[in-house]
Amino acid sequence: MAGTSDIAIVGFAQTKSVRAAADGEVQLLVPTVAEALERANLDRREVGFTCAGSCDYLTGGPFAFVQNLEAAGAWPPISESHVEMDGAWALYEAWVRLQHGDIDTALVFGSGKSSPSKPHEVWAQQLDPYFLAPLGVDPVTLAGLQARMLLDAGKATELDFAEVAARSRRAAQDNPNAQVSGDFDVDALLKEPYVRAPLRRHDLPPISDGAVAVVLARGDKARQLAERPAWIRGIDHRIEVHQPGMRDLTTSSSTTLAARKAGYDGGPIDVAELSATFSPQEVILREALGLPAGTNVNPSGGALAANPVMATGLIRIVEVAQRIADGDVNRGLAHATGGQVLQHNMVCVMEGE
Amino acid sequence: MAERCAVVGVGQTHHKKTRDDKSIPGLLREAAQRALDDAEMTYADIDALVIGKAPDAFEGIVQPELFLADALGAAGKPMLRVHTAGSVGGSTFVVGAHLVESRIHERVLAISWEKQSEGNAQWGLAGGRSRGIGAGGAFAPWIRAYIEQTGAPEYIGWQVAVKDRLNALKNPYAHLRIPDITIEKVKESAMLWDPLRFLESCPSSDGACAVVLTDEAGGKKAAKPPAWVEATAVRSELGVFPGRNPVRPQAGVECAHDVYRQAGISVPRQEIDVAELYVPFSWYEPMWLEGHDIAGPGEGWKMVESGDTEITGSFPVNPSGGVLSSNPIGASGMLRFAEAALQVRGLAGEHQVDGARTALAQAYGGGAQYFAMGVLRSQPA
Repeated sequence: MAGTSDIAIVGFAQTKSVRAAADGEVQLLVPTVAEALERANLDRREVGFTCAGSCDYLTGGPFAFVQNLEAAGAWPPISESHVEMDGAWALYEAWVRLQHGDIDTALVFGSGKSSPSKPHEVWAQQLDPYFLAPLGVDPVTLAGLQARMLLDAGKATELDFAEVAARSRRAAQDNPNAQVSGDFDVDALLKEPYVRAPLRRHDLPPISDGAVAVVLARGDKARQLAERPAWIRGIDHRIEVHQPGMRDLTTSSSTTLAARKAGYDGGPIDVAELSATFSPQEVILREALGLPAGTNVNPSGGALAANPVMATGLIRIVEVAQRIADGDVNRGLAHATGGQVLQHNMVCVMEGE
Repeated sequence: MAERCAVVGVGQTHHKKTRDDKSIPGLLREAAQRALDDAEMTYADIDALVIGKAPDAFEGIVQPELFLADALGAAGKPMLRVHTAGSVGGSTFVVGAHLVESRIHERVLAISWEKQSEGNAQWGLAGGRSRGIGAGGAFAPWIRAYIEQTGAPEYIGWQVAVKDRLNALKNPYAHLRIPDITIEKVKESAMLWDPLRFLESCPSSDGACAVVLTDEAGGKKAAKPPAWVEATAVRSELGVFPGRNPVRPQAGVECAHDVYRQAGISVPRQEIDVAELYVPFSWYEPMWLEGHDIAGPGEGWKMVESGDTEITGSFPVNPSGGVLSSNPIGASGMLRFAEAALQVRGLAGEHQVDGARTALAQAYGGGAQYFAMGVLRSQPA
C-alpha cells in the first residue's frame, strides 16, 4: 500500500443537505469549517495545508471557487490548493501533502449548490464534447442505460433497486443531515412511473445544496487533537475510460482496483458508505468491493438521501469517521465517485486505534 | 525525508491563437507525446496523471479531464484535476511533484492546457458576466500604484514587452512572433487599461504543456540530463480586504521565501541564474522582481532599465518569451516550470541562458492572490 498509515481524521462537520439553501456557498462553508476546526481543537492559523473541492460550472461562474477562500480564512496567507473535483479528492491531495512530514495538520472541504442550476443541463456538458454532448445525453439517461444493462445481465431486478432506495431512506431517518428520508413501501414504489426507464424517481438522487469540512492530522498530533482519531489506513483512486460504450457499465473495475490498493480485498467490514447516486450503482459497487451480504451499507442514507455534488464523496468519508470517533465501529470503508456512471472511483479505508 | 523529484521530460505545443488543426485531445497529446519522447518513455510507463486548467467555462466543457482520460492513457490510473486560476499550471506541477516526493508514485505525467479559441476568455475572466474589466483592468490600478510608489519611468513596461517578444523569436513554440517590434511601436499601440497598451499585453492562446516527473532513481537513469526539483511552494491570500497590499502581495513574498529556504538560497539575485516569471502584462516583471525579494523596493524597474533581465544580462527573466508571448492560461504556469527545467537541463536551444544551473519558476493567479513557485537545479544541492 502506498503512503503512511498514520494520518487520521480528527475533526469534521457538514451542513444539513437541503433542496435549496438560502445561504450562498461561502455562507454554507464558513460555519462548517469553523465547526470542524473547533471539533479538532485546532486554530485555523495552525493548519499546515488547506485543500478544497468544488465545481465552478455548477455555480455557473468561472472562478467561483475563489470566493470559498473566505471560509478557509486565507489571511495571513495560507498554503492552499483546490481541485475541480469532489472534496474527497481534496482530502486525497491533503493526505499526499502530509506524507512529506514537514507539516502535521490539514484542512479539507467540499461544497456545492445544485439548486441554482438545472443539474441535468450542467452534467450533460460533462461528457465528450465531440461525440457525446451533441447527442444530448444527460446523466439520468446514462444511469438508466447502466441500470438496463444490469437488468439484462440478470445481475439485479427493479425490486432490488427499490429495496436499495427504501432501505437508504429508512436509514436516513436517523441522519439529521439527510434531505430525503422516510418509510417507503417497496411495492408502492414499484407502482410509480418511470422517469427514465428503468429508473423511477426513488432510484434517483435528490438535488441538494451542502458543504462538508474535515481536519486531518498526523501521528502524535492526531492523538493530541482527538480522543478517537479515524486513521486512514489506505486511500486510492482510479479512473476508467470515459466513453461509456467502451467499458462494462455493470461492473466497477476501478472501484475494485482502488479498494485493493487501499487495502480492502473483500470480506467483513463494520460499515461501508458508498457514493451510489443511483440505486443500481449500489448493487454494482457492493459486488465490485466484495462486500459480504449483511454489511452495514449507507447507514447515513447515502447519496440517495442527500446529494450535495462535490461534497457527497467527502461526506461518505465523514460518515465513517464519525462512527469510528463515536466508538460505534472500528473499521469502515468510504467510496467516492467522479464523472458519470462510475467513471472515477476512490476508496478510503479507516480504522479506530 | 522526502523523495527527490526530477523532471525528465518536457513537452509543449506550438502555441497559437487558434489551433483548429487539433481537437482538444489532439492538443494535449501533442504536448504529452513530446514530453514522453523527451523522457524516452511511453504512456504505459506513467503511474499517475495530474491535469490542470483554468475555469471549465473557457471551453464550455464541465471537468474535461474526464473525457481526456481516454486520450492520455489514464485508464486504471489515478488522475487529479487541479484548478487554482492563473497559477494552475504551476500548482499542477507542484501537485505532481508531491506525488513523487511522497513516494506514492514513481512516474507522474503532469499536463496543463487551454484551448481559448473554443470560448471567450475575456467573458470567462469576468466571471461569466458581461462588461467585465478584464484581467488587465484589474491589474492596471496596482501597476499605476507601483509606478507612483517607485517613480519608475513610463518606458519600463515597453522595454519588457520588446525584450520578451524578441526572446520569443528564439522559442520555436511561442505564439507571438513580432520580429520588427520596437519601443516606439509599443508606445504607439492602442491603450487598453492605462498604462497598459496592446503591445505590452499577453495574447490569448491555444496550447498545452506537459512534464514527466520521476523519483531520484528515475532522474539518475534518465536519457537526458534531468532538472532536479529543489523546492516547491504554494500560497494563497484573500483578494479583497481593507489594508491589503495588492502591489506586493504578502502571499507572493512568503511563497518566495519558502522556496528560497527549501533550496538554501539566501541572496536570490545572485544565487539564481535564470527566472521564468508569470508576466502577462509588462509591468509585472519589475513588480515580481520586487514582490519576490529579488530586487529591493523600488529597484526592480532599474534591473529592467539596465538590461539585467535580458538573456545576456545578469538576471535573465523569461528567455522563453514568457506569458507575454504565449498565454494558454491553464498551461502558462506550467510553461514557467517547464522552461525553467529546460534551462537547467541545457536543453533550451536558441533561448538557452549560458551556464544556467539554478532556475526559479513562478506562476500567479486570481487577484494576484494565488502563487505557485519552484526552484529547479542541474544538480541536487
